[in-house]
Amino acid sequence: MISFIIKGILRDRSRSLFPALIVAAGAMLTVFFYSYMQGGKNNFIETSARYQTGHLKVMTRAYAAESDLLPNDLALTGATGLVSNLRAEYPELIWKPRIRFAGLLDIPDENGQTRAQGPISGLAVELVADNRNENQNHRNLPEAEILNLKKGLIAGRLPEKPREILVGSVLASSLKINPGDRATIISSTLTGAMAIADFTVAGVIRFGVTPLDKTLVIADLEEARQLLDMEDAAGEIFGFYPDFLYRPQLAARMARDFNAKSEERARSSGEDPDFLPLILTLGEQGGLGDMIAIYDVYAYVLVAVFVAVMSLVLWNAGLMGSLRRYGEIGLRLAMGETHRRLYFSLLGESVIIGLIGSVAGTALGLAISYYLQTYGINAEAFTRTSEMMMTNIIKAQVTRVSYIIGFIPGLLATLLGTAMAGLGIFRRRTATLMKEFEA
Amino acid sequence: MAQPVIQTIDLTKIYPMGEHHITALNRVSLTFERGQFAGLVGPSGSGKTTFLNLIGTLDTPTSGQAIIMGAEISALTPLQAAELRRRHIGFIFQTFNLFPVYTVYENVEFPLLLLGLPPAERRLRVMEALEWVRLAERARSRPTQLSGGQSQRVAIARAIVKKPAIIIADEPTANLDAENSFNILDIMLELNRELSITFLFATHDEKVIRYLRRKITLFDGRVAKDELLEPASTPPPAT
Ligand SMILES: Nc1ncnc2c1ncn2[C@@H]1O[C@H](COP(=O)(O)OP(=O)(O)OP(=O)(O)O)[C@@H](O)[C@H]1O
Ligand SMILES: [Mg+2]
Repeated sequence: MISFIIKGILRDRSRSLFPALIVAAGAMLTVFFYSYMQGGKNNFIETSARYQTGHLKVMTRAYAAESDLLPNDLALTGATGLVSNLRAEYPELIWKPRIRFAGLLDIPDENGQTRAQGPISGLAVELVADNRNENQNHRNLPEAEILNLKKGLIAGRLPEKPREILVGSVLASSLKINPGDRATIISSTLTGAMAIADFTVAGVIRFGVTPLDKTLVIADLEEARQLLDMEDAAGEIFGFYPDFLYRPQLAARMARDFNAKSEERARSSGEDPDFLPLILTLGEQGGLGDMIAIYDVYAYVLVAVFVAVMSLVLWNAGLMGSLRRYGEIGLRLAMGETHRRLYFSLLGESVIIGLIGSVAGTALGLAISYYLQTYGINAEAFTRTSEMMMTNIIKAQVTRVSYIIGFIPGLLATLLGTAMAGLGIFRRRTATLMKEFEA
Repeated sequence: MAQPVIQTIDLTKIYPMGEHHITALNRVSLTFERGQFAGLVGPSGSGKTTFLNLIGTLDTPTSGQAIIMGAEISALTPLQAAELRRRHIGFIFQTFNLFPVYTVYENVEFPLLLLGLPPAERRLRVMEALEWVRLAERARSRPTQLSGGQSQRVAIARAIVKKPAIIIADEPTANLDAENSFNILDIMLELNRELSITFLFATHDEKVIRYLRRKITLFDGRVAKDELLEPASTPPPAT
């Protein structure tokens, strides 16, 4: 009987090829959109991690409470020791002290008068230390790599000498800065005094992330400490998983563990708990956890919409197919096939069609997704105006779910559609079904 | 005497038609013994198809009884009715109604698949049935490649392959020319004799009527006449 069904499917294209093609198209689109959404989410997470949040970040409790304001007066002191401790205690992560600061960039003309000026967000990282290979005895990645500096460089070179900075591309063009130009950073010190220092622009960098390109200036950590009067301090210590994949649960566990120990120490030593180091995960910073959750909801909604649309399409296809086959169905009933057996044989057909279509569609969807995982789509038109931490090239990401998600509309909806359409078999009298055959 | 194959007692079928209703069959009581070659004749709308549908358990009576192979059809569950059709009743239709995507062989094999017979036995029976209708060499053809007469012969093979007690044939010759009509009538008569299958026709066709051993005339849903015909009265077909 199974071979009877399979022969029927193979020979009658209107009940096999076309439904299977519809299923395949649906499964393919679902797989592709899902993978693309995942890619977008990962792009967002990874960009945030590299430039803004780390996968984990150490701050003082007080700094964390107001981290939007970059309150460097609440920075971690004794940063060198703290970083060494972290590197020893959690060697599976890369730990990088950074200072973020707000300020102005002032570009002088030949006479030393201000030619152009603009607000910046400064990021001070261990450029010099990396150049001196100081960080080789533990898990490390140079900041130049973490921040994708080489890839983004569009003019000049990376800082090599003292007092050199990198400037974001949009900022550079709006202030008309070229490599070799002199630039003054104006900010405020820990104590609120004016901080001012001269630098040379070593290079212009294009991150492909709109908010960064507009305002980011990268300086060396030691030089920023001098500028801001932050001896051995760091506003933030970033922790990164070396493969740059965020692991929310693992990160949360580590943060809980660290924070508990930290509090314990505070209680026994009587230190001011506000200035104790505290770890926040990526998800706990700047509402990123919520954004990720919202993103996930979008992905689910998308898939749900797809399932619904595909169900409708396939239900209709199933209905049309069954209507066309009422005669055959009536004939089979007349020959003594039971309603139930006939119903299951129709369901069996739809499972076979659904499986073939889903497998083909998933394979195709995965192929496209893998291609876009490697090459990406330039979504600049969408990201240019966005303030999201996303690079313009959005790459799809194939996850384990990508392999199965196409089967939801492909198999489930097909089966459901046929199941509903096939109920007509039970409702109609055999003699009526027969008549439709003769018509 | 053995139990009749078909017995109806006051069999009645009323179709609702909006406000009114149509009495398609009105208290029809008929008995058919095993091996009869009988036909229902009568004007269009006299209830022939309705009677055959009830006997074939494709429809249920409004009142009265139909006892098929000892079973009263109103008392049958759908499952039991399906079982009765599967084992004991074969259908032949005016429009042949073959499965277009399956070969001649597969069409004839289908009733045996429903009975769950083993492959070797199915093969034997299908080939035997195809030889009865002289189409063994077309086993691999598709229905679309056959003429009308050949198609109807396949339909006959499909109906007799399970050796049912009853074959119900509603206007089997209506779509055939004279030569093909005689051809299939010869085959059916031969099967009736050799396998003692009961044949029950509904027809307007004089050619069919000439072959009948029993002619029942329906009029307005009632039995108007019930005649046994002499076998001698059937002339051999002129071929
Ligand atoms: N499903 C139905 N619903 C309503 N009325 C029906 C239905 N089937 C048959 N009838 C009516 O029942 C009566 C008998 O119909 P039936 O089909 O049995 O006639 P018939 O003798 O087979 O006619 P024909 O020689 O034209 O095939 C007719 O008046 C017909 O209109
Ligand atoms: Mg009729």
